Amino acid sequence: MAKSQISLTVNGAAVDSLTEPRTLLIHFLREQLNLTGAHIGCDTSHCGACTVDLDGKSVKSCTMFAVQANGAHIRTIEGMANADGTLHALQEGFREMHGLQCGFCTPGMILRAYRLLQENPSPTETEIRFGISGNLCRCTGYQNIVKAIQYAAAKLAGVPFQEAAE
Amino acid sequence: MNDMTPTSAERAEKLQGMGCKRKRVEDIRFVQGKGNYVDDLKLPGMLYGDFMRSPHAHARIKKIDTSKAKAVPGVLAVLTAAELKPLNLHYMPTLAGDVQAVLAEHKVLYQNQEVAFVVADERYAAADGADLVEVEYEALPCNVDPFKAMAPDAPVLRDDLAGKTEGAHGARKHHNHVFTWQMGDKDATDAAFKNADVTIKELISYQRVHPCPLETCQCVASFDKIKGELTVWGTFQAPHVIRTVASLISKIPEHKIHVIAPDIGGGFGNKVGAYAGYICAIVASIVTGRPVKWVEDRIENLSTTAFARDYHMTAEIAATRDGKVTALRVYTIADHGAFDACADPTKWPAGFFNIVTGSYDFPVAHVHVDGVYTNKAPGGVAYRCSFRVTEAAYCIERAMDIMAQKLGMDPAELRMKNLIRREQFPYTSALGWEYDSGDYQTALRKAMDTVGYQKLRAEQKVKQEAFRRGETRELMGIGVAFFTEIVGAGPSRNCDILGIAMFDSAEIRIHPTGTAIARLGTKSQGQGHETTYAQIIATELGLPADNITVEEGNTDTAPYGLGTYGSRSTPVSGAATAMAARKIKAKAQMIAAHLLEVHDDDLEWDVDRFRVKGNPERFKTMTELAWAAYNSVPPGMEPGLEAVNYYDPPNMTFPFGAYICVVDVDVDTGETKVRRFYALDDCGTRINPMIIEGQIHGGLTEAFGIAMGQEIHYDEDGNVTTASLMDYFLPTAVETPHWETDWTTTPSPHHPIGAKGVGESPNVGGVPCFANAVNDAFAFLGSTHIPMPHDHWRTWTTAERLGLHG
Repeated sequence: MAKSQISLTVNGAAVDSLTEPRTLLIHFLREQLNLTGAHIGCDTSHCGACTVDLDGKSVKSCTMFAVQANGAHIRTIEGMANADGTLHALQEGFREMHGLQCGFCTPGMILRAYRLLQENPSPTETEIRFGISGNLCRCTGYQNIVKAIQYAAAKLAGVPFQEAAE
Repeated sequence: MNDMTPTSAERAEKLQGMGCKRKRVEDIRFVQGKGNYVDDLKLPGMLYGDFMRSPHAHARIKKIDTSKAKAVPGVLAVLTAAELKPLNLHYMPTLAGDVQAVLAEHKVLYQNQEVAFVVADERYAAADGADLVEVEYEALPCNVDPFKAMAPDAPVLRDDLAGKTEGAHGARKHHNHVFTWQMGDKDATDAAFKNADVTIKELISYQRVHPCPLETCQCVASFDKIKGELTVWGTFQAPHVIRTVASLISKIPEHKIHVIAPDIGGGFGNKVGAYAGYICAIVASIVTGRPVKWVEDRIENLSTTAFARDYHMTAEIAATRDGKVTALRVYTIADHGAFDACADPTKWPAGFFNIVTGSYDFPVAHVHVDGVYTNKAPGGVAYRCSFRVTEAAYCIERAMDIMAQKLGMDPAELRMKNLIRREQFPYTSALGWEYDSGDYQTALRKAMDTVGYQKLRAEQKVKQEAFRRGETRELMGIGVAFFTEIVGAGPSRNCDILGIAMFDSAEIRIHPTGTAIARLGTKSQGQGHETTYAQIIATELGLPADNITVEEGNTDTAPYGLGTYGSRSTPVSGAATAMAARKIKAKAQMIAAHLLEVHDDDLEWDVDRFRVKGNPERFKTMTELAWAAYNSVPPGMEPGLEAVNYYDPPNMTFPFGAYICVVDVDVDTGETKVRRFYALDDCGTRINPMIIEGQIHGGLTEAFGIAMGQEIHYDEDGNVTTASLMDYFLPTAVETPHWETDWTTTPSPHHPIGAKGVGESPNVGGVPCFANAVNDAFAFLGSTHIPMPHDHWRTWTTAERLGLHG
């Protein structure tokens, strides 16, 4: 099948590549760019394991062709850590609050939470639950994911994190 | 000793041993997207395989034409039964003593059954090829109803079993019959029913569901023709068993097979068995000489690999008028699908379903299970539970509620009256298990006190009266469940898989500088083994957990083990870890005595060191002893400091818990809101409370999914109608309730550290608790049993049936 030329920015680096028009963005990222952090969980846009940040929006990369990302700026989990190599507040929050178990949903969940906090830096629990409802987790039951996002929101705002009373 | 010397408690805290909320070591890679899952693997020259599957539930295959598929650019090979048959690989043995088609030969027996395997140099080309495999079918009458499976005129499913009147578990009484399994004293039970004051009888069906881990089943097989060696990376909960099965099936010697389970994206029972995809990838690699990757998509996962439940239980309880239970009788029709591929220990075709007497002191009981074939996918795995334990718990917990209703007793009071009492442990149940330890009344009382049970009942009464007066359209339901799990399979006297006893193992090596590596026969799929096993060793040996690497999943380096499912990691490999550590400690004590020039018996252990009794300033730390093990051992002693233990558990462990749930049901929309869910778990000694809580949250969420919406549903023609996440319910953060967790601690008396296992308890207790809550909401209107799942539609239908819509 004839290939198309695409140019995009992934985690701050320019990428020029040839890809089949039917190649899904998730396969392009995972197999051509070897960015295997985003995962495939359902093939129908329900689970959100493939979530990446694209031009300021959370995007399920299994639902988009790579050619549609021509010219886009994409951030994946591999681009989340701080420039000095330390963990982003969300990555730290997920570990501190035990917001992950098998780790398969985690990259998509963190990327979704990243955009959520960009849009709403101090969300309520209800807003967080609604905000991550496009991302499924089979292990944690979400309660500690909510706490992880609250932890990150507090850290990014420079205020101490206080766990809500049970 | 000066003030700067750390106390024993301070030193213990630094170890991050058992009982502390140690942060997980796994998370460092997972939060950075650096996990190493099967589909992340990329080998030079790797090919991709994809299945062509049957659209029919039951059909004869008249002709398969692969020519168009082979013409697709990039397609290298197409496997069908015709290619596998000369290798005797068109069928594979199942764990349950049956066989299962790898690729269908003459007939397909369920929708989406594997018919052809297309191998191409690129993922999309393999899918293109699979689309172009042409198969001519002759459709046959199908049956998806387990109750009709043994009708005289039911369609014959398994032509390959024609004339076989003996199955792996005894006589077969019908062409669609798999086995009959009975347990208990039938005559005494029948007599108790004859003399009973009060009896209840109800058909309690547990619908077909699927574990649906977020990562599907997948593998990469790579056959090295020069060495004659096979390496398989895969999503394996039991990698050693897969190696043995692969060797038995392929005839490749077992030492030339290397099975590696890397990071696994959730398992929940889905990844225990061997699937057609693994066999086809292996054959394709042998045929092409190149590595072959096979990755299931979600529809394939939900419709072909490893369903769970599909148990239809007619439960009867006999009791005295004042509420003392006197007998339990359960007849079960078990739908096993088209092949019996249940993942149970060999001697247990219905798993440990004889735990169905639950937490209650039944003097007599009898169970009878008939397994049947239907035109549905094979499987029958333990989805986040020990073998058939969630079915048993759902059955007894619903039945106890129904009995309470009949007696006019409060369901918690009926339970309290019949719970096995603390002084009865170890307790031998009427169906043959020896429960190791428990303090059930204390747990239930704590649960009731914490939620304010009596107050909730009073509130419910007020609401019921308001509902009758037409002042509200909301019903309040209170669900109570008390469960006993049976995990940690299991003792070699009654538990094996393919003839291999269900021990498990740990090997610990202490390096000269006092750091260590431990390797185990289990395999984490998210449970955090790299964190918790290190905590056990830290406490046992006084070495910091951070200095201990835990490795699982590589069959070349790990000692043989039976894997992780049925909550067996802590009860079996956790025990092996402690026992291996104690061997090391015993040797270290001899080295310490040698260095301190005292007798072994003159030493005592203090957190991280052996010290001379009565002279605590004379000591050797474990780190010092590790170094000494490599240069100053006593004369005649082998140098080095390592040990392995294969642990054959003397008994199962029996975790238990008391759960209470409050729901509010809108009778006009059927919507059920979980107002409150309280879970008290007793898993014996607690290794990492943070991880325990996480496991309970997750298990409760899976229980919520099952009770409130999950079902793998088939229409009359055998079409599976819930095979994607559009139709199969997985709870999101919005529906998922807030969880309140609590605990009591009753250690297991036979486990080296007293731990019982916890990962599956919340699913076992959670499902009946939700179901009891919804049923309880309608009980005062005369409803006895509403089948799961309790989605809005079914709940609305219940209200309609009860005439609540005017």
